[in-house]
Formats: sequence, C-alpha cells, structure tokens
Amino acid sequence: MTAPEPSFFTRFLFAFACFFRVLFDPGFARAARALADGDPAEGAAPALPAGPAPAPETKPVVDAVKSRAPSHDSALALLALLQREGRLVDFLEEDVLGFPDADLGAAARVVHAGCRKALREHVKLAPVRAEEEGARLTLPAGFDAALTKLTGNVTGSGPYTGTLKHRGYRALEVSLPTALEGHDARVVAQAEVEL
Amino acid sequence: MSARYVVGIDLGTTHCALAFARAGRASDQGEAEPGPIEVLAVAQLVATGTLDERALLPSFHYAPHASDGAMALPWDATRQHAVGELARARGAEAPQRVVSSAKSWLSHSGVDRRAAILPQGAPDDVERVSPVEASFRYLEHLSDAWNHAIAKGDPELALGKQDVVLTVPASFDAVARELTVEAAYAAGLENVTLLEEPQAALYAWLAARGEAWRKEIRVGDVVLVCDVGGGTTDFSAICATERDGALELVRVAVGDHILLGGDNMDLALAHVAAQKLAAAGREIDRWQTAQLAHAARAAKEALLGDPSMQTAPIAIAGRGSRLVGGTLRTELDRAEVERTLVEGFFPVVAAGAGAQVRARARVGLTQLGLPYAQDAAVTRHLAAFLGRQAGAIEKVTGGAGDAARPLLCPTVVLFNGGVMKSELLRARVRTCLEAWLAEAGAPAPRELGGTDLDLAVAKGAAAYGLARGGKGLRIRGGTARAYYVGIESSAPAIPGIEPPLTALCVAPFGVEEGSPPHELALELGAVVGEKVSFRFFGSSVRRADHAGAEIDVTPSAGLTELAPVEVELPGEGRAPGDVVPVHLAASVTEVGTLLVEAVPLAPRKPGERWKVELGVRDAHEP
Repeated sequence: MTAPEPSFFTRFLFAFACFFRVLFDPGFARAARALADGDPAEGAAPALPAGPAPAPETKPVVDAVKSRAPSHDSALALLALLQREGRLVDFLEEDVLGFPDADLGAAARVVHAGCRKALREHVKLAPVRAEEEGARLTLPAGFDAALTKLTGNVTGSGPYTGTLKHRGYRALEVSLPTALEGHDARVVAQAEVEL
Repeated sequence: MSARYVVGIDLGTTHCALAFARAGRASDQGEAEPGPIEVLAVAQLVATGTLDERALLPSFHYAPHASDGAMALPWDATRQHAVGELARARGAEAPQRVVSSAKSWLSHSGVDRRAAILPQGAPDDVERVSPVEASFRYLEHLSDAWNHAIAKGDPELALGKQDVVLTVPASFDAVARELTVEAAYAAGLENVTLLEEPQAALYAWLAARGEAWRKEIRVGDVVLVCDVGGGTTDFSAICATERDGALELVRVAVGDHILLGGDNMDLALAHVAAQKLAAAGREIDRWQTAQLAHAARAAKEALLGDPSMQTAPIAIAGRGSRLVGGTLRTELDRAEVERTLVEGFFPVVAAGAGAQVRARARVGLTQLGLPYAQDAAVTRHLAAFLGRQAGAIEKVTGGAGDAARPLLCPTVVLFNGGVMKSELLRARVRTCLEAWLAEAGAPAPRELGGTDLDLAVAKGAAAYGLARGGKGLRIRGGTARAYYVGIESSAPAIPGIEPPLTALCVAPFGVEEGSPPHELALELGAVVGEKVSFRFFGSSVRRADHAGAEIDVTPSAGLTELAPVEVELPGEGRAPGDVVPVHLAASVTEVGTLLVEAVPLAPRKPGERWKVELGVRDAHEP
C-alpha cells in the first residue's frame, strides 16, 4: 500500500479539511489523534466500534483502546493521593528558584513525610537486587534484562561481571485508592473556599 | 448453624479495628483447627469520591453539607453521612459538622446518651446524632465493609451471623456497657459478647506467646495492664491463682474512667511548637493547628524512638497552593519533649501521690462538655489506682500475704496502647512502680513484651473468641463494680437539707456471667403505668457488700453516682396508679451486661418480671 506523497498544495487544503473534521467529527478526531500519537493501530481501525471485529489481527487493537482510560484514572488517583497526603503537585507546580534552601527544605519535609507515608501504605516495594550498591556481581548469560539493565562498556556475551550501581525497585503489591462512580478523577485536588 | 468466624472489634475512642479468625469447628473428620488471626482492611472514604482500605477506621462521624452531595460507598450510593478517614480529615476543615470521641460521651453519665446531642453546638443544618447512634454508625460501617469484602452476599458469612467480641474499657460502668450493646444490636450484630480492653490486651499477648506464656506468668503473679490509648487511660489488675490444680487468671480490679491519652500529649507538644512559632511572629490557623498536632506526633515518635536524636524538625504547610513560600518551620528538641511528655504526663511521684490526684471541679448546670481528666499525670492516676485497690487480691488469694501493704503490688506489667510504644515512657512507668514497690517491700515487676500495641485489643478480642469456643485459657472476673440503688429514707422534711440517702446493693462485686440472680428481700413500691426511677450508684472498691446491704451515701463511702435507672410496669390487669411491691434481682447476661429486673411479689402470671432500664436521663435534667 504505497500511494505517492501528496503535493504541498494538496496537503495545505487537506489540513483545512482535517481541521474542520477534527472539530466536528469525534470519530475522525480520535483516529487522527491516534495517528499523531504514533499509534497506527487506532488510525487503521476508525470504524472498529461499528461492527463485530474480525478476530485475530484486531485483538491487540481492542486491548489498546480499552487499556487507555483506566490507566489514566489510576495515574490521576495516584497523583491525587500524593497531593492529598504530601502536597506533591503543589511542590512540583511551584516556581522554587527564588526561595532559599531553608524554605525549600522545610517544604520538602512536608512532601517527604506525606508522600513516604502514602507510598508505604499503597505500594510494597522491594529492591531488585539484594546486594549492597557498590558490590561486584556476575550476571549469567541469559539474565532477565527486564529486571537489570547493563550500563558502561556494554559489549560481548555473558556472563557479565560488573558493579551494582542501583539496586532497582520492584513493586510487590499495589493497592491504590479507588474512585467511586461519578467521581471525576481529573480533579486532582478540589479548590477550597473558607466560609 | 454455628458461626464461621470469630471476630474481635476494638471500638476505640479515636480508632476502630476489626480482627478475625476462622472458627475451629468439630466435624465428622475431627476438629478443624482455628485459622490465624487477621486484621480486616476496612474500606472507607478517604477523600471526596475516593475509597481506600485501611487497617484502622478513625472513629469520626461527618454530617455532609448540601454541597457535599451523598457520601457514596460501594454498598450504599445514597449514604448521608461518612465515618472514617474522610470524616477525620473534615474535622480540621469543617469541625462543626464532625463528631469525635463519641465513646467518651457514651460513658458520660451527665448527659442523655440516647439524645441527639453531637456535634455539640453545631449549626441547625447539621444532622445531630446521639453517642449511641454514632457508635452504631461506626459498627454499621465495619459490618458493611466486612459484608462487602468477606461475606460478598453469602448470608451465612454476614458479620451479624459471626461470633463477635466487642471491647469496652474496663472502666465502663454497667450503663455504658448496656449502651454499647444497644449500638451493636442496632448494627445487626446478633451474637455479641463484651470484653474489657485490658483483658483483650492480655489475650493478645497470650495468643502471641503460645504455650511459652506459662514460663512468664506463674501462680501468685499479679499482672498490671497499663493501657494508655488515644483518648483514655485504663488500668486493670489480673491475678494468677490456682484452682483445681490448674492456673487460672482472675481480673481483680479496674481503674476509673480517665479521659487522658495520646491525643492530649500530641496537643501539648503542638502547643509548645505553636508558642515557638508565635515567638517568631508566625500565627497559625485552626487547620494548621491540626497539622501541627500530626507533625508533633511524628516528631515525638522520632525523638522517643531514637535516643541519639537531639532535635526533630517540624514543618507545617500553609493551605494555599504555594507550598514552599507558605510552609512554617520550627523544631522540637529532646529537652522539650521530655519536659512536656515525660515530666508533664509521667512525672516521678511518690506512692502516696494518688491521694493528690486533682479532682474535677463540680460542673455547672450549663456545662455539658466531656469530663476530661483534670490531672494530666498518668503516673499519679496509676498510684491512685494501686493505692485504692490495695486489698483487691485478698479475696482471691484468701487474704494471704499482701494484706498489710499500702498498695496493690503487681509482679508483672503489660503495656498497651499507642502511647506506650515509647520505651522512654515505659521505662518511666517501671521506674515509678519499682520505687513504690520497693517502699512496700515488694520486688520490682517484670515487663511482658512483644505485642503490636496498636492492634492488640482487636486481635486479643478475636483470640478470646477462639478461647471461648475451645479449650484456651480464660480470664475470669465478673463485674468490676458493685451496684446500688438509692433509697430515700423517710425523714421529716427540713428546708434546705436533702433527705438522707441510703444505697441498697443490688449487684455485689464480681458477679459472673450466668450465675443465678441475686434477689433482694427488700420491698420497693413500683407504680403501675408510671415510670419510676431510682438513683443508681457504682463502686469499684466495695468488695465486701453482699446483695441487699444498705450503706449510707456519704462522700467517703466510695460510691460514684451513675445515670438513674427506671422501670415502667405495664398493667397486666392491675389498675393504673396501684403500688405494686417488687423485689429487685440482678444478674449478668451472657453478653456481659448487667441485668436488673423488678420481680413482683404477687405475680399475675408465672415468671413475671420487668427489666429495669439503665442509663436513663431526661433531657431536662442536668
């Protein structure tokens, strides 16, 4: 499927056409956004919700579409949690350049104490490697590259001997607060008005 | 069909917790072993529209404003109130709508505890609840959370069908116990038993130790349970004796109800920090004060937990989104924490200092606040308890040994409650005990360690539930008070002088559950169709009074007046206004509450008797 590249003029007109279609046609807009985000699967299947899907090759498409919204919600839930318990969003959104380190330090204590408590309550973390950082260790040839990343003079075949620079983290358990129906997850923190 | 689970519920002043274990059950295949004790992660609202599971359910109740909408839960989309973390957080933001310390109100005999009086001084659009109703709502939430997480629609697994052990402070009198059970029944808990919190702490320790406990507690030991929680301080003494060749534990004494706990300590530290901020020209608002108490608690835990640490920083965020610019900082140092907490709440006092416990001033008629302890010294309250209970073990040990000692001499001490997690504070209590006991010629007490002080009460309650069903060791005790009704003597009226009052013992000290009722021979007149009320008294020290004993009500008699009791006689063929002679009979129910009944001398039908309602108080009374 190799169509010739359209000319500049054709593209100019097409851009306008797209502008209005994006504005008024939600289905087209969704497909266009997926294309822009570099997700050709979505772009190739704009008519997906309309009819029964021809099973095998579109199955990952269904997954990709489905998984998007929930992951945003739980990300927002985590953000809301860290803001509620540790004011993380306030901290990150504030321009801190003009403040002396003492002020920054005081605020960091609020953020650290609150976020640490929230993190420990909701995510059970364990280091990937049990060794102390700085220790020499040897990885076998078929080591799990998802767990451990090689850095520095990365060459040759295993076993690999090197120094542990970072122990890594692995989440053993995650239990995020759940949003109840009707709750808008995009509200990371409510505005407050004192009466 | 028997319950599948035994459940222990700690209905605390500041937090509730629920522990459970699969019940051991006999079957054709033999006896199944009970399961391990677990703690329920209680689903609760933690922020608007956000549900989370926590081991502790804060004992706070929030009545939402119209703008809040429904406080939806997975099991109730239209709920019009919230309990738990969200309610606690709202306590700092909208305090007029939040009920806290409902349990302390439940034991406050100066108010009508069934009347909707909380939150005190709330605006008109706030739904008010009674102390009983608030307790019911905490239990209801625990029940709903259980049914949602464990029962999942199976009616046999619903919390109401399980064996539930509900803990109360040992210092709760018969009325507060009755009201607690009332709340439990309202929450649908059909099989509920009360257990005193210090006993639950000991059960938790016994369960954690397994059989090894026999090496640490022997016949003749007296265990002092020193329980300092978030809102209350509770003492109990439990004696290890021998009966039929086996070791038996008997709870011999309980302390007064003392509204003093970790929250007072955090506030005291927050006050120190607030003064330092004020000295630096920084004012803090109400919301920041609440944050300051949290920060002070964290600083306290850091300093008390690490002896090498000299100062702990305190940072209080402002409410606006400008965090870095709006954060106030100060610090607490070791000397301040030790001066405020160790010397302020746990001063070294002499054994006789108990007599100096500052008594609460008489409350005026209009003042209906909680009767907080006026004396903040836990050690002085402890000295008072040991001094007052000097004779507590005579009855159990047959008067051997200790009779001449001026105070009750514990040989073992078990600490409980979040405050006692600090080794520094435990050491201070031990130091005081050692000095007092040395003076009395008794050896220093040993400390029993190794339980999780936050969840021990809930877990211990579940352990008790298991012990009750099987062969586990049980602590005996019976009622920790003797109870009396007040009878006015007939005397010529003298203006300005109240007629002398006699107290008639209806339930002696140490009545055990299931023992036959003590019936009084004295005749009282009850009026048909009218509510007749009696003044009601309790005593935690009068062990020798038998049922029917009459004593004069004088300040030195060791009696505490409780809320009045009331009986209403239905007619049953009698004419309204008739005076019916009745006996009073008292017993302890299986649940663990005191039951007082009026038995007519001439019954109209077999077994006729009427329940005497405890804890009655008309709204118009002070």
